[in-house]
Amino acid sequence: MATAFDTQTRTLVSQAQLARPAGRVLYWTVFWVLMVLFALVFLFPLYWMITGGLKSPQEIIQTPPTVVPHAAHPGNYSTAWQVLHLGRLLWNTAYYALGALALQLVFDVAAAYAISKLRPIFGNAVLFAMLATLMIPTTVIILPTYLTANSLPFLHVSLINTPWAIWLPSVANAFNIFLLKRFFDSIPTELLAAAAVDGAGPMRTLWSIVLPMSRPILGVVSIFAVVAVWKDFLWPLLTLPKTSVQTVNVGLNQLSVGISQNVFIAALAIACVPTVVFFLIFQRNIMSGLTAGAMKG
Amino acid sequence: MATINLTRATARDARNAAAGDRRRMPLRRRLREHSTAYLFMAGAVLCFAVFSWYPMIREVIMSFQYTNFAGTSRWVGLENYRHVFADPSFGEAWRTTGLFTLFALVFGYAVPFLTAVVMNELRHVRSYFRLLVYLPVMMPPVAAAFLWRWFYSPDDAGLFNAVLHALHLPPVQWLQSSHTLAVLCLVLFSTWINMGGTVLVYLASLQGIPGELYEAAEVDGTGILRRIWHITIPQTRLILSMMLLLQVVGTMQVFVEPYVITASSNNTASVVYLIYQYAFNFNNYGSASALGVVLLLVLLGFSAGYLWLSRRAEED
Repeated sequence: MATAFDTQTRTLVSQAQLARPAGRVLYWTVFWVLMVLFALVFLFPLYWMITGGLKSPQEIIQTPPTVVPHAAHPGNYSTAWQVLHLGRLLWNTAYYALGALALQLVFDVAAAYAISKLRPIFGNAVLFAMLATLMIPTTVIILPTYLTANSLPFLHVSLINTPWAIWLPSVANAFNIFLLKRFFDSIPTELLAAAAVDGAGPMRTLWSIVLPMSRPILGVVSIFAVVAVWKDFLWPLLTLPKTSVQTVNVGLNQLSVGISQNVFIAALAIACVPTVVFFLIFQRNIMSGLTAGAMKG
Repeated sequence: MATINLTRATARDARNAAAGDRRRMPLRRRLREHSTAYLFMAGAVLCFAVFSWYPMIREVIMSFQYTNFAGTSRWVGLENYRHVFADPSFGEAWRTTGLFTLFALVFGYAVPFLTAVVMNELRHVRSYFRLLVYLPVMMPPVAAAFLWRWFYSPDDAGLFNAVLHALHLPPVQWLQSSHTLAVLCLVLFSTWINMGGTVLVYLASLQGIPGELYEAAEVDGTGILRRIWHITIPQTRLILSMMLLLQVVGTMQVFVEPYVITASSNNTASVVYLIYQYAFNFNNYGSASALGVVLLLVLLGFSAGYLWLSRRAEED
């Protein structure tokens, strides 16, 4: 016990203070209050959603509501799955997220590597122009971006209702390029110079030296890329109007009217499953990656 | 003397020649390397050009144009801006957005920081707390928004009114009541779903504070609150001020909350919601672009002011 405490860095309240009887009582009071408070604030809404989806149509509008459903109706969940085509919505979203991830890993990594290590003329000017877009939120220029995606300059091809409407704009991610570039900057140039002496070209250096060293930042960038697609609403609402290509967020919004409350709540619960389960499985990696990435950035 | 000068000159010449060589000889290789670099950058640059840089310019151009449904456009000068400023929804949307930003500063800014400070003091099951606070971040925002709309039901079937009922308090009309309370409801939801990421960032920066600072303060007999004020906050100032900027820029673009949760009652339309309505409900591209430019100027103004302030704070 004691050794476990000792290894911790010293924080606001010292260990000696906590060891005193008064300190110990106060600590455990705060601890249990927080325990319950966190469960109420962050877990109870999820419990309410899952049990709400199990209730009958009468029970869900009953006042006051029941904390535990009188009778469980798991059929609501299968109805929701079929009526809202949740399988298709979730598959579409995963497809867009993975495609965006793949394209960002190829193009953003290549660009960040070129700016950081190959240092071409105007490289920093290009980086500056990219970072400037961070000041201009995408929602502000949503209309011209939509019109551009609807008819690409020179090509006059429309991306509407195709996955490319999600994938190509996702590459224009200045924050991810910035994170990657910052990380690549920290890789010693001598290492790359040694590889160059051995006759490795830029592609070979990137593949066998830079990328293996960059695993932590690649993980962070991947999470950001996937989560961004999974959470986006306005852009897929505009560019993927066709029912068969919609994302989870847009599909739920579209089908929220004219459906019984309990089935819709069940649908919400199902829609939350993939990302929450993914998070619970990989939480250790996600947490450490996010904080490390945030600190480095 | 002369010989020394001579040797100096030769040395300089030799040095210049060598530098020239270094510049001239690998020039071809450098060019080749540059062309590889440009090739590496091409994909990203193309995407930025088409989906970021060009739309930005196009927005400014469109704000001075009238574009009809067929896509033909003509110059109308400041007509769009005049229309946007004269629209009664303009003031309303800015009031909503401003109120949202203000509340978000009180809740969305203070709550995550205080939560992180307290969480950092806990010695047990730390991962439980971190896990729970991040859980809502992983929910699809529209699903979470619908969930909260249900919680806010004005009748007793809503979760919040059920809690009030259990406490023998009268029900509240939440979203259908006053404008201020409706916006506050949206901010509470927004804080709930977004605070996980912020808390994690604060936790990481709190762990970077050297323990000796606290130790020294404790030896001097400084209380906990004064330690927070004099050590914790100054030590995390950089992250705190960075998050402030991100928070304001983020909340000013609020869209999902008013669109999903209060879509029925139009008095909580945000500025971005109004842009959306101009563009896609009324097909008024000119006004949508003009309002976008106005919002952009406000955000840039805020960022510039922030930079100026932080520059001055650094000089002090």
